[in-house]
Order: sequence, then structure tokens, then C-alpha cells
Amino acid sequence: MTAGGITAEPPIAAAPPPSAGPGRLGRYLTSAIFLAPALFMLGVWMVYPAVYTIIRSFFGQTGFFGHWVGIDNYKTLFTTSTLTTAIKNNAIWVAVVPALVTAIGLVFAVLTERVRWAVAFKTVVFLPMAISAFATGVTWRIMYQQDPGLGAVNALGKTISGVFSPAGVLSSASPSIPALQSKGGALVLKTATHPGGVALLGLTGIAPDQVPKSAVQAVQPAPKPGDVVGAVWRDFKPGGGKVGVLEKGEVGLPGVTVELRDASGKTLQSTKSKPDGSFDFSKVPAGTYHAAIGAQTFAKPFGGYAWLGPNLIVPSLLISYIWIWAGFAMVVIGAGLASMPRDVLEAARTDGATEWQTFRRVTVPLLMPVLSVVFVTMIINVLKVFDIVYALAPQSEYAKANVIALAMYFAAFQGGGNFGVGSAIAVFLFLLVIPVLALNIRRFKRES
Amino acid sequence: MAAAAPAVEIPAPRDSAAAKIVRTVTRGPLHLALIAIGGLWLVPTIGLFITSILPASALASKGWWQVFSHPSTATWANYDALFHNSGLIQALKTTAYIAVGNTVLVVIIGAMAGYAFAWLDFPGRDWIFIGVIGLLVVPLQMALIPMFRLYNTFGLFDTWYGIALFHTAFGLPFAVFLLRNFFVGLPKDILESARIDGANEIVIFLRLILPLGLPAIASLAIFQFLWTWNDLLVALTFGQNTTPITVWIAGQLREFGTSIDIIAPASFISLVVPLCVFFAFQRYFVQGLLAGSVK
Repeated sequence: MTAGGITAEPPIAAAPPPSAGPGRLGRYLTSAIFLAPALFMLGVWMVYPAVYTIIRSFFGQTGFFGHWVGIDNYKTLFTTSTLTTAIKNNAIWVAVVPALVTAIGLVFAVLTERVRWAVAFKTVVFLPMAISAFATGVTWRIMYQQDPGLGAVNALGKTISGVFSPAGVLSSASPSIPALQSKGGALVLKTATHPGGVALLGLTGIAPDQVPKSAVQAVQPAPKPGDVVGAVWRDFKPGGGKVGVLEKGEVGLPGVTVELRDASGKTLQSTKSKPDGSFDFSKVPAGTYHAAIGAQTFAKPFGGYAWLGPNLIVPSLLISYIWIWAGFAMVVIGAGLASMPRDVLEAARTDGATEWQTFRRVTVPLLMPVLSVVFVTMIINVLKVFDIVYALAPQSEYAKANVIALAMYFAAFQGGGNFGVGSAIAVFLFLLVIPVLALNIRRFKRES
Repeated sequence: MAAAAPAVEIPAPRDSAAAKIVRTVTRGPLHLALIAIGGLWLVPTIGLFITSILPASALASKGWWQVFSHPSTATWANYDALFHNSGLIQALKTTAYIAVGNTVLVVIIGAMAGYAFAWLDFPGRDWIFIGVIGLLVVPLQMALIPMFRLYNTFGLFDTWYGIALFHTAFGLPFAVFLLRNFFVGLPKDILESARIDGANEIVIFLRLILPLGLPAIASLAIFQFLWTWNDLLVALTFGQNTTPITVWIAGQLREFGTSIDIIAPASFISLVVPLCVFFAFQRYFVQGLLAGSVK
């Protein structure tokens, strides 16, 4: 049998032997009736259009055929920046997604293999497969919002960054008196102080909702011999108030890191202000000092990454796409895993192979056929990717997020109106898919 | 030695109680990791659902997870408004027409052709079959431009059946491939004896092939249904006023922030049907997936 072997199972010749005789013509007629609808549809919707599109790709922009332009449309395809971006992006998709999806699927399949509640896990991971790529795009658009207060991805980022570099208590404050000067992020009081002295650190520019909740009326600290005392307070009350003076209606700023620095700027002591804004450095040896508010007080909170902005849009798309397809890979690879000869694995273990060795040297090689089916299927899928880009990328970022299928759609429809270039892009896509699919079919043939 | 024995039956000596405890403890991290991954995988879908039950005003300032601290903000008002939105109702109907119409057509036409390729005899059968399978490689982009012209000429543009027919044609190579392979594996003697009893091919097809081929037909039907229900590109190209739900939502996407109280619930409605189909027929879905990794 020639290429008929594609399909495994009993070879085509296994069908009933033709019982020669008068019924032959009738049988052919029956066959024709059974085949006619399928062949008609395939002819009209697939064969004719494919031929038309190939021819059309050598003709100009408009009209039934326009005019002959040779390979100009293909030249356009490789020289227009939005189209080359599409090709480049598709190359990134092909380089990243199939490998990652296969790897993640393999890991998930192996991990769940001996877990009792594997079905629940598999269902959850497989779920996105049933959802349209379009709805996925909408879903992830909600996830990717830049404001960490709105987008879950950035909220997670904020939580993580909060652990390593927490936002300051007063991220937007500025000094109220000129003597308080910025130095390396910190605010240093230029006026020197001594043991028994008072350092007043007034701040303004703090929105009412930014004032810490525990803040109470600021109190003028009384000097203490041997100590440097002072207050950090919001040097502002409704109506303004006097600069540099602690007045009624002005609140202390609690939790602010206050540092005592020597003349060279070295921090000797550090403390946190109380609810009324007061602080106290005790047992300070005689000398000249400067009070300062630590830089961490003003650390800006994590503002969120622009996942849907020009720089991150492609990675964002890849992540969402992997979220959809990991379940597919897991299920197919899991099926392969389930049909693997157990005794080979057992033998490896009995021979003293570690779990990792068994995985690396036995499981993976035995799974190779399944892994490559998943890999190749994913290549075809990402070459044709369209919906998720259309739904997830904001229109302003289409140029950056462009892929071949999207470029084809916008070249021919939606105001593009260039059927010549649109056809050329379609043919290009066709040419990309053929070898990959041929590879897949050939393997099917070999396996059967 | 141990490898040759039926390993399942004989408890290996290392399976002592202590070893079991050790194993459970060492596998604790695995369970935790799986729970974490599963949770991570669920978050986007849950997020979409919660977003869909929050008023737009609540979503302007805080993320959807606010619902956990302020459950009272949740409301069905968005859904209520949507079910009074004639545009959405129409879009849902169109989606259902396209998905059901296409599924029925693919199953019938695909089964007929599959039967012919599996059990009927006619000249050039193998070559025609190979030709049909070969069409699997044609990406639907190849047909968009010519069919756009043709649809305009024949009045199929902007109709639900125009969209359904397009899907049918592109679903056929896979359908024929899947069903022919399944039908070929059906017991030959049943068919032979039916023929000897004088049943004609149409009766055999209806009374024997279709019932016996049900598992494969179910897989195919679910695939086709989900594929067309979830389609965006074909409907975007061939619909203008006749739009399924995906295209209808896409029309709202331009004003993502302000229309979120329409977009999120509509998206969720659009995925409820596929999810139900998926959960109801999960087994067939996976079978079809395993059979069809060529597509």
C-alpha cells in the first residue's frame, strides 16, 4: 500500500471484495451518493479557494484579479515592517511555545502519575482547553492590568516585591522646611544638633489618605539631657498653618525611620517615630549630629509592569497561550505514560536507578514518539495563532504583537483591502504548515 | 527476578509501615506543589467570573479579589442587564445555530464519506481518500479571500449558514479521517451478513454503521461543536450583522475599561456552554484529542 498507510489499522484493501456482476454500476452509484456531499464541499470550500489564493497572490491589490504583479506581494511581505514583525513574532512563538508546552505537559503528567487525586488536578489544568482562545484573551486582559490594585499578575508582583523591598510609609512626602535636604534618597536636617537638643522634621505633600491611621496630634518634644529628641510630623493642617511649628491640628507621622548621623554622614542610631511623631535617641555622647529620615521611608511602591504595553505584550501572549495548551500536552503525554510497559520501569528501579535516572534514561526515551506528536502539533497551532492575539493585545499594540494570521486578516479585511498581499500571506502560512504536517503524518505512517 | 513477576500483586519488602510514612512525608511537597499549580491555573477563570459579578464602579478602583473582603459588592445586575440585551441574545442564538448546524452537517457528511471509504468499493478509492486527508494541511486562511468574494456573489455573506458551511468544509478532512478509521475496525461479519440478508447500503449505514460508530461520532461532534462555538476568525470575516458571541464581545473590546461590566459576564456566558459540554463528555473529548493530534 502506498501512502494509504497513513491511517493505521486494517489497510484499505481490507474492504469487502468487489463481487463482480451486474450490481457493479449500482454500487458505484451508491458510492457516489455517499461521497458526493463531502467531495462537493471540499471542492468548493477548500480546493477551489486554495488554487484561487495561490494565483491571486501574484496579482495586485483590488479587482477580481487586479493586474499581474509577479512576486511583488511576496516582496512586500518580507519588507514591510509590520509584516516582518509578524514573521519574527511567529518565530518567537515557534521557538518558545512548543518546547515549553511539551516540557510542562511532561512534568505535570509525570507528577500526577502516582497521585490519587490526579483527576481533579488534570481537570483543572485541562479546563482552559474548552474555553475559546478569545475568552482566554479577555480573561487575561483582566489579569494583566497594570495597576497592581486591579491586575492580579501585578498584585502578585507587588506582594512579592513587598517582601524584598517594601514600599515606604510616606512614598510621596517632601520636606516642609528648607533645612531638611534630600541626600541619597534620605532627608537630612542641615541644622546640627547636640545631646540635649531637639530636631524637628516637618513633612508636607502627604495626601490625607496617605497619613498612617495610627497618627495622633503631634507634640513638641521636651529636651532631655544626654538625648537627642525630636518629632516627625505632617507640617500642614487645613488652612495651611505655620511652617516648622507643631500646631494644634497637625498630626505626628508614626513608623518613620529616623536616623542619627555624625558629621561625616555615618548613621549611628536609628529608631522609629511614635504615634505622635516623637522620637528619642538616648545616651548620645557629646558631639555634633544630624537627624535624618531614612530613605526607605520614601521608597516608591511597586507600580506594576505594563504587561500589555509594547515591551511585554509578546511574553504576555505566550504565557496565556501556554496556560491554554499545557493541559492538552499533559493529557496526551499522560495517555502515553499510562500505556508504557511497567516492567521496564520496575526493572530500572530494581537495578538501583534513582527516580531521576529512571525518568531521564527510561521514561523520556520511551515517550519520545508522544512528545514529538505534542511538539509538532503545537508548532502547527502557533503558526496559525490568531484569536488570542486579537483579543488580548490592545489595538494600539497590534503592530508589536503581530503574527502571520493576524497580519493576513488585517491586510485583506478590516480596512486593509489588499487581497494581493493577503493572499501572499496566506500562501506563506500554507507553505510553513505543509512540512510540519507532512512530518506528523509520516510518523503516523511509520508507527502503524 | 522481581521485574518478571506481576509487580502489582506482590508487596515489595520496602513497603513497610515506616517506609510508607517516609514516602508520605517526602511526597508532601509534591502534593503542595500540585495544589499550588492547580490553584494558579484556576485563578484566571475565577477572576473572570468574579469580575463578571461586580459593578463597573467597583472595578475601577479595586481588583476583583475585593469580593473576598466585601462580598456585598457582588451582584447579578450585570447578568440581568445582559439577558435584557437583545444584541447579546441574538449573538447567542447565532452562535448556537452555527455550532449545532455545523456539527450536524459534519457528522452526517463525514459519516457518509467515512462509510464509503471504509466499506464501499469504487475505482480510485484509496487515492481520493489520500487526497481528502491531504486537505488537512490547508489552513483556513487560504480560503478567506476567495470565499469572501463567492459569499458576496451567492448571498451567503453575513448569514449563519454561510459561516456554518465554511466550518463544515474545514471540519470534513478530519471527520472523514477519524470516522473512516473507526468504521474500518467494525466487525466485518455483521456487515456481510446484513448484505447477504439483502439490506441495501443506506439501511446498513443507518441501522448498523451509525449506532456502532457512536463513540467516534460523539468525539467528532464534541470537537466540532467546541471548535465552532469558540471560533472568532471565520465569523469575523463572514459576518457583519450576523455575529456569534465571540465577535459580539470583540466589538466591545475597544472600550475595555468602561465596558467591563458587559465584556466579563458575556465572556463568561460564552464559556459556560463549552464548559458544560466538556464536563458532560470529557471522555469523548479526550479520545478525540488523542485520535486527532494531526489536525
